[in-house]
Amino acid sequence: MEVKLVKKVLSVNDTMAQQNRQFFLEKKVLVLNMMSSPGAGKTAILEKTIKRLLPEIKTAVIVGDICTTNDADRLIKTGVPVVQICTDQFGGDCHLAAHVVRNAASDLNLDHVQLLIVENVGNLVCPAEFDIGEDVRIVVLSVTEGEDKPLKYPLMFRVCDAALLNKTDLLPYLDFDKETVLKNIRQIHPDMPVFELSAKTEEGFSDWIEWLKNEVEKKRYE
Amino acid sequence: MHEMGIAMEIIKIVTDSIPKHLKNPKVEKINLKVGKLAAVVPESLRFCFEVVSQNTPAEGALLHIEEIPVNAMCQSCSYSWTAIEPVFICEKCNSGSVDLLTGRELDIVSIEVEEDG
Ligand SMILES: Nc1nc2c(ncn2[C@@H]2O[C@H](COP(=O)(O)OP(=O)(O)O)[C@@H](O)[C@H]2O)c(=O)[nH]1
Ligand SMILES: [Mg+2]
Ligand SMILES: [Zn+2]
Repeated sequence: MEVKLVKKVLSVNDTMAQQNRQFFLEKKVLVLNMMSSPGAGKTAILEKTIKRLLPEIKTAVIVGDICTTNDADRLIKTGVPVVQICTDQFGGDCHLAAHVVRNAASDLNLDHVQLLIVENVGNLVCPAEFDIGEDVRIVVLSVTEGEDKPLKYPLMFRVCDAALLNKTDLLPYLDFDKETVLKNIRQIHPDMPVFELSAKTEEGFSDWIEWLKNEVEKKRYE
Repeated sequence: MHEMGIAMEIIKIVTDSIPKHLKNPKVEKINLKVGKLAAVVPESLRFCFEVVSQNTPAEGALLHIEEIPVNAMCQSCSYSWTAIEPVFICEKCNSGSVDLLTGRELDIVSIEVEEDG
């Protein structure tokens, strides 16, 4: 016998993500989901970003990247609350699921927090598929990766709201063709802002920070 | 990569959907829709499914995967087309405001289940 279902395979995660979204809305906190391949510079960008946001914008961080790194230690130095998720405990997952983010968020006091940043697991495939209840999604691509990355991972570049092209300080030493990568990103997501920056020299940070502050403002009056 | 988790999710949904009155139910076929843009590799999904379905009513079930193309529509001129490549710029008017109507599916459509023995 045939049983009709028409059910989303990820409906449990989607439902949980929707509950997270409601919870974050009540807290009036903007949730930013930051994704990239390993080593693109998520943690480095966050260290510099948080410094520029403080004290104006109260920030907290959930780090989901693989536990062996010392990302949380690096971020705690900025003075903001940080929760490290050890994805190993969840079977060495390749992404953060909504319930994992919810558990981590419950370890934070979000009452006076305006911005909650989630550093996702380094991976350009799986995190694109899993809603965590975020408001904005950011993808980081570094100039030491291939220009064709956006074409290889179109879903990631499609679902994100902004892209950060990091490590621009290295451009003089590489054959990386910046115009090609920008063209590839625009093919997939024409309207998406792309911020070219360097977490090392902080060149290009002001436009990114301004965009982010604006997103936080919008959420506050939602 | 996350196909293992997806396979487990499928088995859970399928097991929950088996009509209660069936004795010794055996799932013969699972009909899925997977969009071209979904971050799922059908071959990996099949492999993972085979592993995690062992000793469940879905063991040995055929995974029938219908691949759904990416259909896009321009917000400016309403032109619609099937995107073969990940290029989401309107072919007619060059606008970048394009909606993706299909291509992200990851759905279970139906299951075929019989009584064993
Ligand atoms: N030259 C240069 N190196 C960077 C930059 N951003 C990050 N890195 C380096 O890239 C490596 C990976 O950075 P990390 O922030 O840990 O990446 P994550 O895995 O995405 O969090 C580290 O050695 C950083 O020092 C940058 O803008 N320029
Ligand atoms: Mg990191
Ligand atoms: Zn058009």
